[in-house]
Amino acid sequence: MRSGVLLAAAVLGLAITAARAAQDKQNFTIIERGRYLALLGDCAACHTEPGSGQAFAGGRPIETPFGTVLAPNITPDRDTGIGAWTDDEFVDALQKGVGRGGVHLYPAMPYTYYTRATREDVLAIRAYLATVAPVRHAVVSNQLPFPFDIRASMLAWNRLFFSPGRLAPTPAKSAEWNRGAYLVEGLAHCGMCHTPKNFLGGDETSQHLKGNVVQGWYAPDITDDARRGLGGWSVDDIVAYLRSGHNRIAAASGPMAEEVTRSSAQMDESDLRAIAVYLKDQPGGEEHAAPLAVDDARMRTGSAIYADECSACHTPNGGGIAGLFPALNGAPAVQSADPTSLIRVVLQGAQSAATPAAPTGPAMPQFAWLLDNAKVASVITYIRNAWGNAAPPVSIERVAAERHRLSRRAD
Amino acid sequence: MAGIARRRLLTTTAWLLCGAASARAMTVKGALPWAPGEADPPQPARPGPWVFFTPEEGADVEALADRLIPPDPDTPGGRDSGCAVFIDRQLAGAYGSYQGYYMRPPFQDGSKEQGMQSPVTPAQRYRAALAALDKHCRAAFAGKPFAQIPDDQKDAIIRGLESSSLQLDGSSGRAFFELLLKDTQHGFLADPIYGGNRDMAGWKMIGFPGARYDYRDWVERHNEPYPRPPMGIEGRPAWTPPRSQ
Amino acid sequence: MPRKLPGKDVVIIGLGWTGSILAHELTAAGLDVVAIERGPWRDTATDFPPSYAPDELRYRLHHELFLRPAQSTLTFRNNPSQTALPIRTWGAFMLGNGAGGAGVHWNAETWRFLPTDFTLRSHLTQRYGAAFLPEDMTIQDWGVTYDELEPYYDRFEHLCGTSGTAGNLRGVIQEGGNPFEGPRSRAYPTPAQKQPFSHTLFAQAAREMGYKPFPQPSGNLSQAYTNPLGVTLGPCTYCGFCEWFGCGNYSKASPQTTILPVLVRQPNFEARTECEVTRILLDSTGKRATGVVYADTSGEEWEQPADIVLLCAFSIFNVWLLMLSGIGERYDPQTGRGHIGRNFSHQTVSSAIGFFDRRKFNFNPFIASGAIGMCIDEFNGDNFDHSKLGFVGGGYMGQVQSNGRPMETTPVPPGTPLWGPEWKRAIRDNYLSTVFAGAGVHGSCYSYRGNYLDLDPTYRDRFGRPLLRLTMDLHENELKMSAFLTDKYAEIIQRMGATQVVKQPRKGPYSIVDYQTSHICGGAIMGSDPGSSAVNPWLQSWDVPNLFVFGMSAFPQNAGYNPTNTVAALAFRTAEAIRTQYLKNPGPLVHA
Repeated sequence: MRSGVLLAAAVLGLAITAARAAQDKQNFTIIERGRYLALLGDCAACHTEPGSGQAFAGGRPIETPFGTVLAPNITPDRDTGIGAWTDDEFVDALQKGVGRGGVHLYPAMPYTYYTRATREDVLAIRAYLATVAPVRHAVVSNQLPFPFDIRASMLAWNRLFFSPGRLAPTPAKSAEWNRGAYLVEGLAHCGMCHTPKNFLGGDETSQHLKGNVVQGWYAPDITDDARRGLGGWSVDDIVAYLRSGHNRIAAASGPMAEEVTRSSAQMDESDLRAIAVYLKDQPGGEEHAAPLAVDDARMRTGSAIYADECSACHTPNGGGIAGLFPALNGAPAVQSADPTSLIRVVLQGAQSAATPAAPTGPAMPQFAWLLDNAKVASVITYIRNAWGNAAPPVSIERVAAERHRLSRRAD
Repeated sequence: MAGIARRRLLTTTAWLLCGAASARAMTVKGALPWAPGEADPPQPARPGPWVFFTPEEGADVEALADRLIPPDPDTPGGRDSGCAVFIDRQLAGAYGSYQGYYMRPPFQDGSKEQGMQSPVTPAQRYRAALAALDKHCRAAFAGKPFAQIPDDQKDAIIRGLESSSLQLDGSSGRAFFELLLKDTQHGFLADPIYGGNRDMAGWKMIGFPGARYDYRDWVERHNEPYPRPPMGIEGRPAWTPPRSQ
Repeated sequence: MPRKLPGKDVVIIGLGWTGSILAHELTAAGLDVVAIERGPWRDTATDFPPSYAPDELRYRLHHELFLRPAQSTLTFRNNPSQTALPIRTWGAFMLGNGAGGAGVHWNAETWRFLPTDFTLRSHLTQRYGAAFLPEDMTIQDWGVTYDELEPYYDRFEHLCGTSGTAGNLRGVIQEGGNPFEGPRSRAYPTPAQKQPFSHTLFAQAAREMGYKPFPQPSGNLSQAYTNPLGVTLGPCTYCGFCEWFGCGNYSKASPQTTILPVLVRQPNFEARTECEVTRILLDSTGKRATGVVYADTSGEEWEQPADIVLLCAFSIFNVWLLMLSGIGERYDPQTGRGHIGRNFSHQTVSSAIGFFDRRKFNFNPFIASGAIGMCIDEFNGDNFDHSKLGFVGGGYMGQVQSNGRPMETTPVPPGTPLWGPEWKRAIRDNYLSTVFAGAGVHGSCYSYRGNYLDLDPTYRDRFGRPLLRLTMDLHENELKMSAFLTDKYAEIIQRMGATQVVKQPRKGPYSIVDYQTSHICGGAIMGSDPGSSAVNPWLQSWDVPNLFVFGMSAFPQNAGYNPTNTVAALAFRTAEAIRTQYLKNPGPLVHA
């Protein structure tokens, strides 16, 4: 049956050639999709050292509660990057948290979120990464102190805190909602910053998206909570914020400004809407304590400081100026359960995001030179409880601790 | 409050020190430069001993200030408002040495229209004039310095300096008078952070609300007295809770 | 020997208003642009936030935002019989320094010139005869008309969000605006600012006297505004710390608040600050600029090659650099030859202080903005008949008091002793009830043979370069004009209900000591005839076609208005000429 074998071989050969041809024709589309998804997942945030001009070459230190890790080189360099990895190895890294050679990744790499991405999406990212300039840059990722530097310990951690696998769609919800879920819970990895962690660094799933301290900032509640979350924001407000870093209420600064400028400012409108729709459907918490009394000593001094130092920008009634000075009246950032960001911004100032849609990038000046801890505590307590706002007061001790912490940070 | 001197923390995105170009320029490219905590607030004058004046000079300047701006039942005079403290701290700083002025020679007298042409800095002028004034007073008033002679005699001396009828040994009396008057009046009306205008007394006297920044609600309230108390750069008493709390 | 850097398409000397406008226009056209700025980067939140911007001692009296004379200054004399002496500390005018230039600390008064201002010699000669003008008056036509400039005035006003009330919309006079202004194609982008008490009272008095008062056009915005570049400004809060100060809440139009946020994001733009250009380089023909040399803060020199050189260093520094670089022929007042340095002018401002009964009038002078004010224009330019008056020129006048800062604004009635209890009482009794606009009369300053710039023979800067020398005095024409205008102004102040009006007309000799606005003009004037100008109507050097010279140095004489809108309009017009004509065909845009 030689002719049969030959025929079969020929057919097989043709099939292989045909398959390769089909792959080539789709190359551009896959790579472009991969570029978009890498942007969405914001791989560059960790894997590109700022100012280095070398995309994805790794080396950027990532703070974790257990020490620092350095993001690896994910350029196609064969020796120091991922050029020699197979497709399956790359997919396993994102979906299972396991690198080449069975090396466990630390969850500073958000595989706990990226696991929800489809194989197709992950391979598109791979196809894109394969086209970036290879950079020879050896990075020793594991900079953690003993005993956290033992990667095998991740086995136990994963068992506790990692549920690998794709999200099942929720048929009762719209396609837009499901797309939002796929993004928020997956590549966009919002919970990485916005969900509080337990003492072992795993997600506090009962507090899903309800706010978390990260890199010395408080990433706020992004559920539909009326006071502390997005309850007062429309879908349009959320989209405007993600697109431009600004909306009629808030301005992105700190790590969120980085996120917006690098990632969401360049995302498709439909994806931003999907994220907004999904977030608006995450239920908020219960209404809590009433505002502090107007004649509370802190409210009186805080009110004087506010009128004298803050109102020239934020306006006497806390309404701010849309696109320029954030509103404080009704603002979720102001009424956050945790005042870390508020204290930080008052002490150090902050530069807001500058994007093509909102290029101004106004900055808040620093007040550490002018306001001692008592004054910072009063004015923040005041804005948290004025104009109908209600949130726990901030103590002098809390401000002092934050001032001390900030003096030891490089950023 | 501990003053934070200008700290420049590098942010990696915006500040590039170009290797190829000048390493000593600041190149701005790609983003507006910004660093957390950066600020350039004024250097406050802190209460304490004289920094520039000797105790005798300080006493004389206090006495001079108190005649240029005498106390009255409603408002302190130049001494209690801290004018001499203001002058002392100013002379110890950039102002005293005319820092930033073009001080290259040759110095020559010019017309009135050509402005200041003397190499004598404010610090030098005060030192020389106060020494000459002291010498004059001790000779004319049985060993008493300016600070201890009767007020009407003090006024007569000041009038003499003003009209140039009183000459100081080795120092221009009129030039000193002009400088001292300007500095004293500035000390009375400058922000209290600089040591004068204590408790904003000067501002309260005239009705200037100080370092305020927002009058939007008051622009069209024509012919109405503005009710808010003055505030300085460092704030005002209402920023601190009363002691009893 | 300067170290040579990689070449750029464009090098801009100075990153003030014109430098920023040109940088944005040309980077948007795809050119690779570097701006070399002598001073520091300046940013609102770190350099002048509301928490320490309102500091009269630091910024108004100690000049902290300005150029230090130790870094650069000039010498001055009234006439050649005197020895010019250095301006050791600023007085008559203030010189900016740093990114944003004077745009950081200006008052934001945003006026257009009158149509007749641009054809001044032709117009006055036609109306009054050539003999009416003083023999040594060297005024000229500009080579550009109001109509040609109008679209660019419009562009600058919309870049800034200028607040005002139109007076002439496409030829139709509008109620409440300036009836004398040239026709504008559209209304101001934001409404006029609100006016405090004394300014409103001035308008009322003026109206009663038959004048037509209108709000001063203001770059301190009446409301939040997003400009065509997408940059947002906030509403002015009338803090009274405007001219001399940076604006703390993004509500004063400046390069920072209108252009720089977008400009710095352009990948083809770079600014180098704390670098001082010491000369412009020419090739061996002397007809082509090859770039600039600049010194960094260590004194080390660098050569920046470029195909186009834009001189945006502010009027007198433009003239100085042209002289130091050997560009054009230096003016010789004896022979009348040469144009570099010729036709220096300033501004003829004056005032009248009005003391009012404090029991009846409380002006709260501290509530103001830099460009607040109700003005009348009946006595500007040639809006009134000069034939029996014996002078030409004029200016706007108004209650334009921009502040109540106590160290400058505690005038006392004449006869009050300078010190003692009476002085103390007098400032207490008069502070809230006095009208005192330092430049209540903002008169023109025409040019003369004897008012010019050249190089000083004696004094040098820190690099050993000879300082610029200013020879300037006030002439009979300006003094007569000032007396006349000040009288008219005083009548209105009187009519407001003043108990006592103290007139302060401008008196000679010209002094370098008291502040007379920073509107110093001329030295590299524009015109359509290379025989009588240094630059052509597109500000292109007649001598070196790849060099353009911006700012008030182009003004053949100064009109009775603040200059910035005109400076910016000329810059926009030149930017367009570079983009649409020069780049396609580098060389002279005008063949004489």
